[in-house]
Amino acid sequence: MHAEEKLTAETFPAEPEKATLEGKNKFIGFWLFLGGETVLFASLFATYLALNKSNGTGPSSQDLFEIPLAFTMTMILLTSSLTSVYAMYHMKNFNFKKMQLWLGLTVLLGAAFLGLEIYEFKHYVHLGHTITGSAFGSAFYLLVGTHGAHVLFGLCWALTIMIRNANRGLDLYNAPKFYVFSLYWHFIDVVWVFIFTVVYLMGMVG
Amino acid sequence: MSTVAQKKGFGATLWDYLTTVDHKKIAKLYLIAGGFFFLLGGIEALIIRIQLAVPDNNFVTAGFFNEIITMHGTTMIFLAAMPLLLGFMNAVMPLQIGARDVAFPFVNALGFWLFFFGGVFLNLSWFMGGAPDAGWTSYASLALHSEGHGIDFYVLGLQISGIGTLIGGINFLATIITMRAPGMTYMRMPLFTWTTFVASALILFAFPPLTVGLLLMMFDRIFGTAFFVPSMGGNTIIWEHLFWIFGHPEVYILILPAFGIFSEIFATFSRKRLFGYSSMVFATVLIGFLGFMVWAHHMFTTGLGPIANAIFAVATMAIAVPTGIKIFNWLFTMWGGSLKFTTPMLYAAAFIPSFIMGGVTGVMLASAPADYQYHDSYFVVAHFHYVIVGGVVLAVFAGAHYWWPKMFGKMLNDTLGKVTFWLFLIGFHLTFFIQHFLGLMGMPRRVFTFLPNHGWELGNLISSIGAIFMALGVIVLLYNVVITSIKGEKASADAWGDGRTLEWAIASPPPEYNFKQLPLIRGLDPLWVEKMQGKKEMTPAEPLGDIHMPNRSILPFIISLGLFIAAFGFLHHPDGASWSVPVMIIGGIITFGAMFLRSIIDDHGYHIHKADLMDDDDKKGVEA
Repeated sequence: MHAEEKLTAETFPAEPEKATLEGKNKFIGFWLFLGGETVLFASLFATYLALNKSNGTGPSSQDLFEIPLAFTMTMILLTSSLTSVYAMYHMKNFNFKKMQLWLGLTVLLGAAFLGLEIYEFKHYVHLGHTITGSAFGSAFYLLVGTHGAHVLFGLCWALTIMIRNANRGLDLYNAPKFYVFSLYWHFIDVVWVFIFTVVYLMGMVG
Repeated sequence: MSTVAQKKGFGATLWDYLTTVDHKKIAKLYLIAGGFFFLLGGIEALIIRIQLAVPDNNFVTAGFFNEIITMHGTTMIFLAAMPLLLGFMNAVMPLQIGARDVAFPFVNALGFWLFFFGGVFLNLSWFMGGAPDAGWTSYASLALHSEGHGIDFYVLGLQISGIGTLIGGINFLATIITMRAPGMTYMRMPLFTWTTFVASALILFAFPPLTVGLLLMMFDRIFGTAFFVPSMGGNTIIWEHLFWIFGHPEVYILILPAFGIFSEIFATFSRKRLFGYSSMVFATVLIGFLGFMVWAHHMFTTGLGPIANAIFAVATMAIAVPTGIKIFNWLFTMWGGSLKFTTPMLYAAAFIPSFIMGGVTGVMLASAPADYQYHDSYFVVAHFHYVIVGGVVLAVFAGAHYWWPKMFGKMLNDTLGKVTFWLFLIGFHLTFFIQHFLGLMGMPRRVFTFLPNHGWELGNLISSIGAIFMALGVIVLLYNVVITSIKGEKASADAWGDGRTLEWAIASPPPEYNFKQLPLIRGLDPLWVEKMQGKKEMTPAEPLGDIHMPNRSILPFIISLGLFIAAFGFLHHPDGASWSVPVMIIGGIITFGAMFLRSIIDDHGYHIHKADLMDDDDKKGVEA
């Protein structure tokens, strides 16, 4: 099949993300990239685990973390993963409008998550927990901040491909782009699940 | 339409190379840039050896010596050895699997330009207040206290070039997974393709820890964080772990492609299929796997305790087993073969004893209690130069002579090649063999001079004389390159006459689309299979049709340039320079803006039409 072909709901393939060689390459290449990203976050987690008790004179993780905020953020991001699944479902059914709608919801949820994270960071800084204050602070902000930067990049990415393709609908050229974004979004979500567990839950138990 | 150089102006050629996404041209860029950095690293090595030729020397100051040794190691590993190997991978791997290009031609170009700008940035340190001086390992306990901007150059330059290497690795993996020609199963892939595959997987999993390590050090030095500051609760051992979790697989990222190059050469010039092909593949994968299990053998004296040391010692020694399998397979490939000692084959034959010596000292060093004696002595220096020079550099030279006709369409002069070989080999052993004994006699590494009457004078002098031989060998090689590009004989498609793998089935240099029709692969060593059945070329697997090609683009260059600019902002941020943040932002806008353009501008590529292909005689090299 050809990337520029005009397709209908009937001719649209079941796996549009892998229907062209370019799409298949993107699919494989992106999975590999996520493998590298996994090691990147693993390294950050290892650093955090080595330093999470080194808060010096600053506040400790027990002093800082509170379940309501972290849990709300987790639920928002998990929900955004679900909405991106719906978006992909509609993409496979060649329903561009609904795909855009669900992607839009995903972006809104991601932005809400990011807003809460910014609020959280400001709150912590106010409590004396800063990136330069202690090794714990450095490790916390770098790990959680790197995740937050990934969320921000994902939001810009999603908006870019949504607006770029708004007037022309789905084809085999842009379907892999949407699909790869959804992979990325799931990955961010999975990393957050680990952050929620390792940083927040384990941090509160002490 | 052929890639055989049409007469073009300098500007047009420059633009061609700045915007190219063709794996063969990117390979040449890697080779040129890597070769340049190799010469730079070589000059740094000569300065080291001049300084250490006699005791109490003051050819350079102690501080400058530290910069020189740091930059020698960093340049040779990151900016010379790896790019040169990536160059060969780019030039040869897609041809060996019968592909028209790599999976991501744009990303391929981006990888090169990131490496290039990272390398240039790192070396600008020489002119902008001093080079990094904490050793190529840049241990945090030393690096955080280094004055000036040297370490910042190291951190930022390696970060940029490291991203380039990482995406290059992903690209090769995807290429090998999705773009093999019909019939090219995994177990029919040439060994060089296999080693490219495994080395790329190592790049994928080993570079992110380096990225994080560099990130932590960047934050500590530039933004005042406390990852490695013990007084703030930080821990410098984290750097050692992250660096070596990257650093040890890095050794295999370098040596596995070298093994691949030698495997091709042994089979070709023994005119026999590689002995034990499947065990070679198995050994390659096993070495790649074990490569991740042994990083702490660089940290035996750090104090991880006897249990950790014992486990890592045993794991390290285990690597000798698959490596031994490879050595025996190469010997058995030669055994009973119809040997032809061309220049590449000479390198391959010399590689075996040289590399075994490095391997044996490796097992000696793997023994943790003994390592407490060898640690930080010239014995270690001798060991890693025996594996890196005796393995990787010999392979780069061998590969350069072997694939030169395929890449550039001209044969290198074999006599000059042999002169290079003997000068380099003798120089190499002269330089490094004696260093084992200097180390055992107690000479520590990384000292800028030594006192007389330690019994180290003669050894150091011999070592320095050896370095001159190596330099002469490289000069002869450069002369060879120049003289043959002016008046060398044109290479035919099967330049050596004994080619076994697919790259020898198409013209030298290949047309931009590589294969006019994708070839049908009918066995291991596909070209040899066809030759043995009396055919001269591959059987096509598809009818002649339009060929889809990727568009050229300047964006990879611009994306990399943006990071290069931003790096200057980061560099001067701790000085409190008012322009540092704006420069970071401008660089970021350039990089992310170019990425944004890449996303919104459709790139469907173009087609070379069937009619044009029919006129194009891609076998023109065969008769020449």
